[in-house]
Amino acid sequence: MKKNKYNYSKVSFFLGLVLTAIVGCERSPSDDAAFATFPNDGEVFIDGFTSGLDYFPFEGSYFQAFTVDKETKQKGSTSMRFDVPTVGDPLGAYAGAIFRTATARDLSGYDALTFWAKGTQAGLINEIGFGQDFGENKYLVSTDLQLTTNWRKYVIPIPDAEKLIAERGMFWYAEGPENGKGYSFWIDELKFEKLGTIAQPRPSILKGEDKVETQFLGSPISMANYGLTQTFNLESGVNQTVTAAPSYFSFKSSNIEVARVSDAGIVTFVGPGTSKITASLGGVKATGSLTVNVPGSFPVAPVPTLSQNNVISIFSDKYTNVPVNYYNGYWAPYQTTRGEQTTIDGQNVLNYTEFNFVGTQLTTPIDISGMTHFSVDIMMLELPTDIDLLLTFKNENSTATTFQQNRIGQSYQLDPRAPVVYKDTDFKAGVWSTIKIPIRPTSQTSLDKTGVNLIIIENIKSSKVKTIYVDNMYFYKE
Amino acid sequence: MEKILKQEKMKKINRNIILVKGLLFKSLFLALPIFVISSCATDEKQTVTNFTEIVMQDEFDTDGVPNSAIWGYDLGTGNSDTGSGWGNNELQFYTKRTENVKVENGYLLITAKKEPYNGASYTSARLTTKGIFDQAYGRFEARIRLPYGQGIWPAFWLLGANIDEVGWPQCGEIDIMEYRGQEPAKVLGTVHGPGYSGGTSITKSYSLLNDRFDTGFHIFGIEWGPDYINYYVDNVLYNQITPANVKGEWVFDHPFYIIINLAVGGNFVGAPNSETIFPQTMLVDYVRVYK
Repeated sequence: MKKNKYNYSKVSFFLGLVLTAIVGCERSPSDDAAFATFPNDGEVFIDGFTSGLDYFPFEGSYFQAFTVDKETKQKGSTSMRFDVPTVGDPLGAYAGAIFRTATARDLSGYDALTFWAKGTQAGLINEIGFGQDFGENKYLVSTDLQLTTNWRKYVIPIPDAEKLIAERGMFWYAEGPENGKGYSFWIDELKFEKLGTIAQPRPSILKGEDKVETQFLGSPISMANYGLTQTFNLESGVNQTVTAAPSYFSFKSSNIEVARVSDAGIVTFVGPGTSKITASLGGVKATGSLTVNVPGSFPVAPVPTLSQNNVISIFSDKYTNVPVNYYNGYWAPYQTTRGEQTTIDGQNVLNYTEFNFVGTQLTTPIDISGMTHFSVDIMMLELPTDIDLLLTFKNENSTATTFQQNRIGQSYQLDPRAPVVYKDTDFKAGVWSTIKIPIRPTSQTSLDKTGVNLIIIENIKSSKVKTIYVDNMYFYKE
Repeated sequence: MEKILKQEKMKKINRNIILVKGLLFKSLFLALPIFVISSCATDEKQTVTNFTEIVMQDEFDTDGVPNSAIWGYDLGTGNSDTGSGWGNNELQFYTKRTENVKVENGYLLITAKKEPYNGASYTSARLTTKGIFDQAYGRFEARIRLPYGQGIWPAFWLLGANIDEVGWPQCGEIDIMEYRGQEPAKVLGTVHGPGYSGGTSITKSYSLLNDRFDTGFHIFGIEWGPDYINYYVDNVLYNQITPANVKGEWVFDHPFYIIINLAVGGNFVGAPNSETIFPQTMLVDYVRVYK
């Protein structure tokens, strides 16, 4: 299943507010002066909800995915049963929830979340862990988990237990259909334990690699997006890796005149130059680093000058844009391109990385019969010497799919149907290029201009394009 | 400062030994009834020898190469007796380079590295007292922190000093401690002899509860008398092997010498894989032999 962003249910949130308010009323002022100590109960679900535990399904998930099962259990009288829906289920696209306690618990005396689990099939649970509380999710931990059809005990290690002195997120999971089909799995004896055998920590950032990136003033990034993991060796001999929230780490910027990292892992760029960001977790140095080169502020694309009446705009801050389904379709299985619309220094821009090809799909096909050109602004910070892009407008709604193709850059293996509209030598690193592509007669291209719905840019020669920025995509008439 | 700390540690250890002795006897008596039931034929009078007189010890207090008055080396990938891979299809090339073996900060460090070396993919070290020190009976013990990972195979063991005359397994082998890096909470104690070697050896494992062997030091030892070999880890006696247990000749009445090594791969553990972290180091705090 592709990675989703999980949003909490609004209903649950309001419930949570009410509870908080009630608790708030009961608190006497003298409590403020006392040291807060939280219960250190490690049990989450043994044969029922432990004290203060509540179930909150994710928005868009199948709300009834979780039930307490009295028939199937590993031990005791009940287990937790989760029913993953089949693709197309109107009640929800996936199963996912958090289990949060009303009062925080002190989990610093434990070293792992453990449980028994089995499935009706050997599904791979996409994400499972703890530390998700629909608040800061400050100490979020997740991993994937391979089920078997027999009960097996699983261990999710705590990256650094000393941090968990007041934790509410006891457990969370998110799982989609396997090969389109729903299935069920069970979890039992869910608890935090002090195993004593969680050892040999090997924290990493950027999955242990040393990477160099260009970043801009005024556009902070989150280290949460940079492969933060903690790996322990378990008693079984398995090296278990979990994704750990930035707050488990202690980050260091080699040049605080360039980059500063907050406790929550937000990196702010404050001046031009270079800084190397490294980290440690629980006193152990993490492998991997992020070196940022900050040239200054992000260069803003030139503002188009034509009036709205003469354009059909797909992506521009200057114009009203036609609705789109996406600026990146993440087409499986060959597309590697990451990224889509982003905001840099207040400007909307399309930012693609690991670029091989990417498509923008319009919600409603547009008629470009009255248009003479297509305009697009492109910028690359590091310019490959062999850049060659293929830009296609497509009509998928005509009886046969029709299209017009255009070459931007080198004429590598030139296809006569795709004439060069912009030379590779006209690109400059870090400078926007405005590319104006004439709409050719249908007789030359086959394109049925009455229903264009797709614009695709391909890195046809697999040039080493690290990051490509795209802005101001619009059709216009001269 | 370092020295004072070391002395402190020594004192503590000595105290522990007394404690260990006390507990050992207790454990031994506890173990007795089980033993009697399982082997009625043997003499029911158990002789427990008190091995208190130290005859050999290395506390690894001098940095540099290990003391040559105690330790020699087995080098390469095997000898004429064992054949290639030391008889177990082990993958390492043993050296005596400081990269693989040295004494530092009060510990003997044996390090397995992943590196191409004389046709092998790994290097490590194997220390032996062959021809320097051997003894029949007594208490042999070492305090060790073990390495970890798939395919990592450290051992503290004894071989019969008559191996060159009678060969293996007739010479006898007492494995005081063997361990698979992929099972970090478990060690094994084993004897090999004629009719009970390799896969048919007499062995027993001991597992820690809520702890493991690669995160701290543990004492691995045997108490060996004419008719028994008692195995212990820290203060826990976990096995006793007597002539009644072996399906062949009892070959443990002559002097044995000591081997400490860190193997990589081999039949006992399987090869390392992509999950195995290198280098891996075995730390030995001391080796002591009592009679």
